[in-house]
Amino acid sequence: MGIFDIFKNGLKKTRGFVTEGLTRISAGLGKFDDDKLDELEALLVQADVGVGATLTIMDSVRQSIRATGDDGTEAVTFEVKKQMLEILGEKKQLHIEDNSLNILLLVGVNGTGKTTTAGKLCLRYKEEGKRVMLAAADTFRAAAIEQLQIWGERTQTPVITQTTGSDPAAVCYDAVHAAIARRTDVLIIDTAGRLHNKQNLMDELSKISKVIAREAPSANISALLVIDATTGQNAVIQAEVFGSTVDLHGIVITKLDGSAKGGVAIAVAHKAKAPILFAGLGESAEDLVDFDPELFVNSLLPNS
Amino acid sequence: MFDGLSSKLQGIVSKMRGKARVTEQDIQDMMKEIRMALLEADVNYSVVKSFVADMTEKCKGQEIFSSLTPGQQIVKIVHDSLVELLGSKQNKIAVSPSGFTVIILYGLQGAGKTTSAAKLARVLKSGGKKPLLASVDVHRPAAALQLEVLAAKVGVPSYIRPDEKSAVKIASEAAARAKYLLCDTLIIDTAGRTTIDADMMDELKAIEKTVKPTEKLLVVDAMIGQESVAVAQAFEEAIGLDGFIMTKLDGDARGGAALSIRQVTGKPIKMICVGEKIEDIEDYHPDRMANRILGMGDVLSLIEKAQTQFDEDQAKKTMDRLLKNTFNLEDMLSQFEQIKKMGSIKDVIGMIPGAAGKVKDADVNEGIIDVNMAIIRSMTLKERRFPNILNGMRRKRIAQGSGTTVQQVNQLIKQYEQSAQMMKQFSKMSKGKKRGGFPMGGFPF
Ligand SMILES: Nc1nc2c(ncn2[C@@H]2O[C@H](COP(=O)(O)OP(=O)(O)OP(=O)(O)O)[C@@H](O)[C@H]2O)c(=O)[nH]1
Ligand SMILES: Nc1nc2c(ncn2[C@@H]2O[C@H](COP(=O)(O)OP(=O)(O)O)[C@@H](O)[C@H]2O)c(=O)[nH]1
Ligand SMILES: [Mg+2]
Ligand SMILES: [Mg+2]
Repeated sequence: MGIFDIFKNGLKKTRGFVTEGLTRISAGLGKFDDDKLDELEALLVQADVGVGATLTIMDSVRQSIRATGDDGTEAVTFEVKKQMLEILGEKKQLHIEDNSLNILLLVGVNGTGKTTTAGKLCLRYKEEGKRVMLAAADTFRAAAIEQLQIWGERTQTPVITQTTGSDPAAVCYDAVHAAIARRTDVLIIDTAGRLHNKQNLMDELSKISKVIAREAPSANISALLVIDATTGQNAVIQAEVFGSTVDLHGIVITKLDGSAKGGVAIAVAHKAKAPILFAGLGESAEDLVDFDPELFVNSLLPNS
Repeated sequence: MFDGLSSKLQGIVSKMRGKARVTEQDIQDMMKEIRMALLEADVNYSVVKSFVADMTEKCKGQEIFSSLTPGQQIVKIVHDSLVELLGSKQNKIAVSPSGFTVIILYGLQGAGKTTSAAKLARVLKSGGKKPLLASVDVHRPAAALQLEVLAAKVGVPSYIRPDEKSAVKIASEAAARAKYLLCDTLIIDTAGRTTIDADMMDELKAIEKTVKPTEKLLVVDAMIGQESVAVAQAFEEAIGLDGFIMTKLDGDARGGAALSIRQVTGKPIKMICVGEKIEDIEDYHPDRMANRILGMGDVLSLIEKAQTQFDEDQAKKTMDRLLKNTFNLEDMLSQFEQIKKMGSIKDVIGMIPGAAGKVKDADVNEGIIDVNMAIIRSMTLKERRFPNILNGMRRKRIAQGSGTTVQQVNQLIKQYEQSAQMMKQFSKMSKGKKRGGFPMGGFPF
């Protein structure tokens, strides 16, 4: 199975939901009158697309119907898809520089999948033949260090640790210097989950990112925000506040293998500046793919 | 992002002033906003639809109480109905008549099951129970170790088998171990699972058959979106559901899932979790949840937090002085100390849903309290009690003593004078009342 198939497979449920919904709505005459447009709107809200992004999409749909007079299923689907793609932006990939230290900093609220994503990214870059290192900067949660160490064992990657309760910025300091000394290509730093409304924890995060930037001035540093696909509209605020605390390079949407429709990706993209780069599709190291807006939207909506 | 329903409704509410009866149009205008608020709060779409329909019926032709405007009337009806839907009397953790209670926690990945298990053990322990914590999470790396560490923190025994692959086997061993240790409660922490993973749902069923839990509790992240209903239904169908625990309510998610899940399953919220530490667990208050979902701010929780942490004696002293109109710098210092006890100003602000993104760093000068405390502490007792004597010489000395500038000292004194002024008005207002309320005056930010 290629990664496209994996992506589509992982999103099977998502596709089923909106596709079936659209087919059902347009079953009658294949035309979208006001009631059916309302139903379409409801469908988007139910997929966690959020009121804001849904209104943006629906406005364009209504406008295009007025402009073209075409309210057939195909035209409406086309317009929805077009709007979603506009919101999601073009496909972007995380830039890894050759012959340089690359640092990936994983951040996010509690329980979204940061540690697992660290393990998954580790496998990915190892397979590309890169020298990889992990750093356990979650020194708060019980057994967080051991959890990352197990990922280190699974992927045969060194893990820089201190003890629980120590300063996460100090772990990053150690890790950056170890990575420089060992000529590491990719250093992946796992941080503790933190709610964006806790100022002291956000301050801790900006300290971490400052220490990294100071100690590795020539490294290619990318902060990645990890968002759980099951999250509702709070994800939008998460992206906003994390984005104003660290320089976000991209977003990872995890747990897209679950039953949640994943429309929150569109809600987030509607507001966030950073692109969605990766999709998490399971709990194993292999379950991470590049996020492809085109594929994502195609799996949400039927082909036309 | 979201300004709270109350501010949006304000406009509509004021238009309706002076009417004697709520009109259809009033109701429609209000319901549109309420519908949006609920959807923004992640209340499930179908639940919103039926709720709004019910409310529209309920509001039709309502007479207006003389004390309320039509707008307020509608908000009140909606709020009260929401509280009713969210409320439940039977939210205590059940105890098995056999004397051996088994509680099982389940839910999606990362919901907060392991942390909640430890918190629950702590609550039960302090209620005189003897719980044993067991982890049957054989999937997530170091999951069992996480629970073991937390159990040690709570001071209750734990049962883990990091090398065993069968969750069912561990569950049955844990029950035996709990009985052997003469524990009266077994709390089982399970692995997180998606409801569409058939193998994992089968595992859960098998565990359930083996240990026959008294309480089957779903752990739900307050941030969950539209999927909450389907998730709760899938778990209920698989093994049954006696109630749920909502976690991460220390965040600013509006927690609409609380309404969705209650509405669809009819099951009570047993506990709410408000932080990562084992003591961060609270009883559930339906009225506060209603306010939160409606976006009216969790002001009540905030006030209660302030109150429990606010030293009663100190508060009474300040209050007495306040009523006697003799608020001085000593009192102000003790106010600052109380605020410090409540955590940082930003934490306190952060408890107000929606405020997080809006309060910019520049708006809140976290250090100002420390500076002000240092200044007052550099004053003599006499100066603190009789601020009038603070002349230029004294101010200069105080600035030096506290490592601040004279301007900073002047600023503090000005702030004191303003507070004292406010207090004066406040004391006029509340004279005659026994306890006039919360003597914070203005927060110094
Ligand atoms: N189904 C599914 N589960 C996932 C995915 N990513 C992570 N998980 C699971 O989600 C749970 C939390 O993942 P972690 O990686 O520990 O999350 P975290 O963000 O590091 O959590 P904290 O450090 O506790 O804040 C674990 O049970 C993971 O196995 C995914 O893409 N799909
Ligand atoms: N802020 C906050 N974090 C919580 C709360 N409950 C759990 N967590 C955190 O959420 C993450 C996942 O919790 P965990 O108990 O491991 O979830 P599980 O995967 O369901 O067992 C951890 O980082 C916990 O510290 C809560 O009420 N508030
Ligand atoms: Mg982690
Ligand atoms: Mg767990």
